[in-house]
Amino acid sequence: MASFITRRFLQLLITLIGISIISWVIITQAPGSPIALTIDPKVSPKIVEQMMKNYDLDKPIQQQYYLWLKKLFTGQLRSFKDGRPVMEKINERIWNTLLLNLVATIIIFSLAIPLGVFSAKRQYSFLDNLGTFGAYLGISAPSFWLAYLLILGTVELFGYPVLGMRSFVTENFTTAEIVMDRIWHLMLPSIILAIGGLAGLSRYTRSSMLEVVRQDYVRTAKAKGLPEESVYYKHALRNALLPIITIFGFLIPDLIGGSIIMESVFAWPGIGRLSYQAVLARDYPVVMTILSISAVLTLIGNFIADILYGIADPRIRYQ
Amino acid sequence: MENQQAKSFWHYFKRRRMAVGGLVMIVIMFLIAGLASFLAPYDPGKTDVSVKLKPPSLQHNVGTDQLGRDVFSRMLYGSRISLSVGFVAVGISIFIGILIGAVAGFYGGWVDSLLMRFVDTMLCFPSFFLILTVVALLGPSIFNIMVVIGITSWMGTARLVRAEFLSLRERDFTQAAKALGVKDPRIIFRHILPNALAPVFVSATLKVASAILVEAGLSFLGFGVQPPVPSWGNILTEGRTYIFDAWWLTVFPGLAILITVLSFNLLGEGLRDALDPRLRGRR
Repeated sequence: MASFITRRFLQLLITLIGISIISWVIITQAPGSPIALTIDPKVSPKIVEQMMKNYDLDKPIQQQYYLWLKKLFTGQLRSFKDGRPVMEKINERIWNTLLLNLVATIIIFSLAIPLGVFSAKRQYSFLDNLGTFGAYLGISAPSFWLAYLLILGTVELFGYPVLGMRSFVTENFTTAEIVMDRIWHLMLPSIILAIGGLAGLSRYTRSSMLEVVRQDYVRTAKAKGLPEESVYYKHALRNALLPIITIFGFLIPDLIGGSIIMESVFAWPGIGRLSYQAVLARDYPVVMTILSISAVLTLIGNFIADILYGIADPRIRYQ
Repeated sequence: MENQQAKSFWHYFKRRRMAVGGLVMIVIMFLIAGLASFLAPYDPGKTDVSVKLKPPSLQHNVGTDQLGRDVFSRMLYGSRISLSVGFVAVGISIFIGILIGAVAGFYGGWVDSLLMRFVDTMLCFPSFFLILTVVALLGPSIFNIMVVIGITSWMGTARLVRAEFLSLRERDFTQAAKALGVKDPRIIFRHILPNALAPVFVSATLKVASAILVEAGLSFLGFGVQPPVPSWGNILTEGRTYIFDAWWLTVFPGLAILITVLSFNLLGEGLRDALDPRLRGRR
């Protein structure tokens, strides 16, 4: 186990260096990057000066990279737009995004696994085929389109506002009404954010279950007369769910990508909307910090998932 | 032998009705994209404010937009953007993926380790955000979008090709070619690659679907193909201001994206099942 963790940790370190290099290359070397703009006469000298300072352009290239890294990790990078520390801006918004993604993740896992098991149990039944087609629809539909259909539908039906984290006028609301209002505003974007993951994970659970129920130990359990339910939910499901641990790691980049679109549609004041506004305003320190943080979070998520998988399934450790 | 394989493949493929349906839809989409200028009842750029924001009718079968342009004609032309972005982006991504995967799998050792760490690194970035950032840096144009989607989505293909190469390089025919003194590039591309292409082809079909979705998402955020050139994504975006007055501006372009992406996904899954002998018996 120790050698397995060490090996994975070394890979993590190498990947971490890779992430920092790629982030830095994009921001400083790509055509059209802010650094390339410093020689553009249309850009005001004030901004050019700020960028020269931000990226230490007067220093040799390896030192530029080192200093950028140092600023990134010590939180010294400042937004081009309002000069505030990037970390402060991110800290204001990230909790809203985490709330949204937490609810979406709960929706995904609480619905996808029962759905997948149900489909596997009745393979090729009408409901299973319906589920398969539904999952394809969920994967294929553009999320922003679904969001607009949902907005169109709910506003026509209930006539109640859906954008933002809460309604604008809440002075004469009772506490219960305020709570209901918050939940309402949270549910719609979470549902749309969850659809893709729900479709994917339920299919994954289904095929994983189908693979497991063909195994010898499941046949043995059936042969020794265990009740069907017990075979399915105790013996088969536990083993079928093992590979799903690794999905947790892959969920992070998808949710971040999804948040950009969902938070823009629903005017949700989170990190996704902040990134989009930063991209629009060409506020590169903010963009690059969020991009690097997301990459590092994904890396850590994958690392933890790998270790958990190694603990849960000893076969993995010796690959 | 080749012919026999093709026959058996077709035998299993045609039994998957949803996949055949997807293939038919894709062919129809291509015909629509190719013949858009003949099929379109109106000039997609022609504005006529006297008929602005009219609901679907006999004259304009999916209505008109805020400038009185015929939405149906705009959607027919918009299919060209979606399909060409999908295919060119995936072409680029497959090319890079095959190259990196083949080199990593064929040579193994530190070359393999290095390239696979590069793959891991690229996979850590949230791809949609990365694409959005780089397209914003370079400036939105159809060419930039294709290239950026291509160079940020090759990792899956690389892993797939590497895995195939790792097993194929140990096989007798590769060893025989090596013993005969055939040069490495020729072994890689002539002897091994043709045997590794089937799974790549399947994943390419599925990737076209996701590339079309990414393009739609970029258009939605204003970094797609720029108006007045119509794309499904930007018709939707321009229509969202009028969502409560003109639902057809939102519903129909989205439906077009859904049907196209769905067709590629169904075809890809069908191909996967038909090419994988282990899955054949199941249905």
